[in-house]
Amino acid sequence: MELLSGADMLIRSLQDEGIEYIYGYPGGAALHIYDALFRQDKVKHILVRHEQAAVHMADGYARATGKPGTVLVTSGPGATNTITGIATAFMDSIPMVVLCGQVASTLIGEDAFQETDMIGVSRPVVKHNLSVRHPDEIPEVIRKAYYIASTGRPGPVVVDIPKDMTTPNERYEYAYPKKVKLRSYNPAIRGHAGQIKKAVDMLMAARRPVIYAGGGVILGKASGQLTELTRMLGFPITNTLMGIGCYPASDKQHLGWLGMHGTYEANMVMHHSDLILAIGARFDDRVTNATEKFCPGARIIHIDIDPASISKTIDADVPIVGPVDAVLKEMLSLVKESKDKPDAEALAAWWKQIEEWRAFHGMRYETSPDVIKPQEVIEMLCKLTNGEAFVTSDVGQHQMFAAQYYKFDKPNRWINSGGLGTMGFGLPAAMGVKLTHPEDEVLCITGEGSIQMNIQELSTCKQYDLPVKIINLNNQALGMVKQWQDMNYESRHSQSYMESLPDFIKLAESYGHVGVKIERKEDLESKLREVLAMKDKLVFVDIYVDRFEHVYPMQVARGSMKDMWLSKTERV
Amino acid sequence: MRRIISVLLENEPGALSRVVGLFSQRNYNIETLTVAPTEDETLSRLTVTTTGSDKVIEQITKQLNKLIEVVKLVDLTEGAHIERELMLVKLKATGSQRAEIKRTVDIFRGQIVDVTSSVYTVQLAGDSEKLDGFIQAVGTSGVLEVVRSGVSGIARGEKVLSL
Ligand SMILES: Cc1ncc(C[n+]2csc(CCOP(=O)(O)OP(=O)(O)O)c2C)c(N)n1
Ligand SMILES: [Mg+2]
Repeated sequence: MELLSGADMLIRSLQDEGIEYIYGYPGGAALHIYDALFRQDKVKHILVRHEQAAVHMADGYARATGKPGTVLVTSGPGATNTITGIATAFMDSIPMVVLCGQVASTLIGEDAFQETDMIGVSRPVVKHNLSVRHPDEIPEVIRKAYYIASTGRPGPVVVDIPKDMTTPNERYEYAYPKKVKLRSYNPAIRGHAGQIKKAVDMLMAARRPVIYAGGGVILGKASGQLTELTRMLGFPITNTLMGIGCYPASDKQHLGWLGMHGTYEANMVMHHSDLILAIGARFDDRVTNATEKFCPGARIIHIDIDPASISKTIDADVPIVGPVDAVLKEMLSLVKESKDKPDAEALAAWWKQIEEWRAFHGMRYETSPDVIKPQEVIEMLCKLTNGEAFVTSDVGQHQMFAAQYYKFDKPNRWINSGGLGTMGFGLPAAMGVKLTHPEDEVLCITGEGSIQMNIQELSTCKQYDLPVKIINLNNQALGMVKQWQDMNYESRHSQSYMESLPDFIKLAESYGHVGVKIERKEDLESKLREVLAMKDKLVFVDIYVDRFEHVYPMQVARGSMKDMWLSKTERV
Repeated sequence: MRRIISVLLENEPGALSRVVGLFSQRNYNIETLTVAPTEDETLSRLTVTTTGSDKVIEQITKQLNKLIEVVKLVDLTEGAHIERELMLVKLKATGSQRAEIKRTVDIFRGQIVDVTSSVYTVQLAGDSEKLDGFIQAVGTSGVLEVVRSGVSGIARGEKVLSL
């Protein structure tokens, strides 16, 4: 057997795990590892400018590819800088492994230089964390970390590596374990057959059914099965913000997404349904609105890999614990075999009602002859990229407009921080996508507030030649905060204006990129075409949009799903 | 309702803090908590008593089960079970109090395990109500110090919680 140092074992383990890219930032406690990295060329390291960005990059990569991302940082400040990124991944169940240096095990507990209890600090925001206690454990720990991160309900795993575990001159036998077995961790591999049968019987008997799909469908790679089942049943389907793309947005059975800023028709259909088939969704507060008023006439079938997601906020009538792809596959075969068919007459009446809601059209905005509307920008981008771009976003009004007006027909293309709502996510996430999808268009839809939370990454983009397109919907305000202040605080705009904005064009140029400013409505299409034509350039597009726009529909706080504002003055 | 949840946990550093962290992070109550290694040195047995609605208790057991280091758990209150808690109490004991305390200790089937001219140290085991009852019986004014172990429990009959 080969003899390797801990640091070399770590890098070899990453190679054997098939890891292509790691994102990180060096420092004292990680230097043995960085040296091992230097002496090989299989695993490529991307040097970011802030550790938070490394985590978001790994996250963007994971969301676009479905594979776990990898981060490497040093102890203390390097490790704590990753926390926001880890929490972001945790809330959205994104698989990733974060490797953190640590002070030598002999110094732990002594408040040594750059010592932080990363196991303790990260505990509430990880799926699991592991420390290395002996160098010869490293291959097994790494194998375990990836196994836990990417199976069951995925999530981030932190590995804490004291510096003396990676000492160059101490060598141990290296073998990468083929398999790991954890007696206390056995994620379900299929759903309960009896429950699935019961669910199918309920589907056949429903009169006003709706399918409510979440990010779990994308994480569980079950878009294909979901689409087939939905078409076979002929039911209306809506999805969450995290589920965007799990079912083609341009299909006629699709109602758009639901919840706080969801479509009028999706929220109406949910509220009036008699059966909800929830798949890989978790009934969170941005979807349900007031739980006690949630969909009063609906029975609920809930499929999820995580039993704790079932009946957490809304009780399920038929819980099914299992991987969504396996469960949907079984459902599909039962539906195909079934002698019963959904009641065609009831379904036709239901669709008639749905078409009326659709015709009422809650998704509308007023255009203006001179001011650029943010929604227009998104519609234009969707048109110019044929709805095929990877779109990452930051957090705020621009995020909601992007999700509402860009039509995604494929999964893994809409990439946003849905659960934590992390401003600063968009640019590094876009970089993670672009690195592995160099031929695809990658747009980062952002606001002048959010982009400044990780703008230093323009430098990383230069170093690694990552020609993403940054679309800054510049409303010169923390727009979403301002909207809430308009609606709930009589327009007292406490701290929601961003004064002294930088000249983003010069800023982009100073990093060696291209900056384009769009202020006039008549320039919008032509300038965006020029921007998209610059295939190999990072372009920062600073678009001055209506400063007073609000996002609608918006659910009325503490109401039911059907209680919405449709504009500043219309409430239904 | 009060529940006794009994957990088999990997005997590893950090495992206990995950359990405790889960309770505070998700706003669940911990009334008592006991933990010690078992005959299998790779496993610890942890007993936690908590209160909450059925929905909360269901979430607690599901969330505990999600912790990678939790191997198995059971809600003992779902079936017949035995619960025990150990208490050590220091009582002021002078003059006529001494005989009176001795009598009460006997009634509660406790033992006086240490004696000075003015203090008795009493050991008592039983369910939590019995321990509360003893304190009430001797009167809080004479109580100098109380140490309770927290609840341990085990199912009645042939049911066992093991691998
Ligand atoms: C890190 C972080 N801090 C604060 C918030 C709260 N927040 C949500 S949206 C928003 C405003 C975002 O402003 P901008 O990026 O300009 O987007 P806009 O809403 O104007 O489109 C703020 C401050 C957040 N989501 N994330
Ligand atoms: Mg803004």
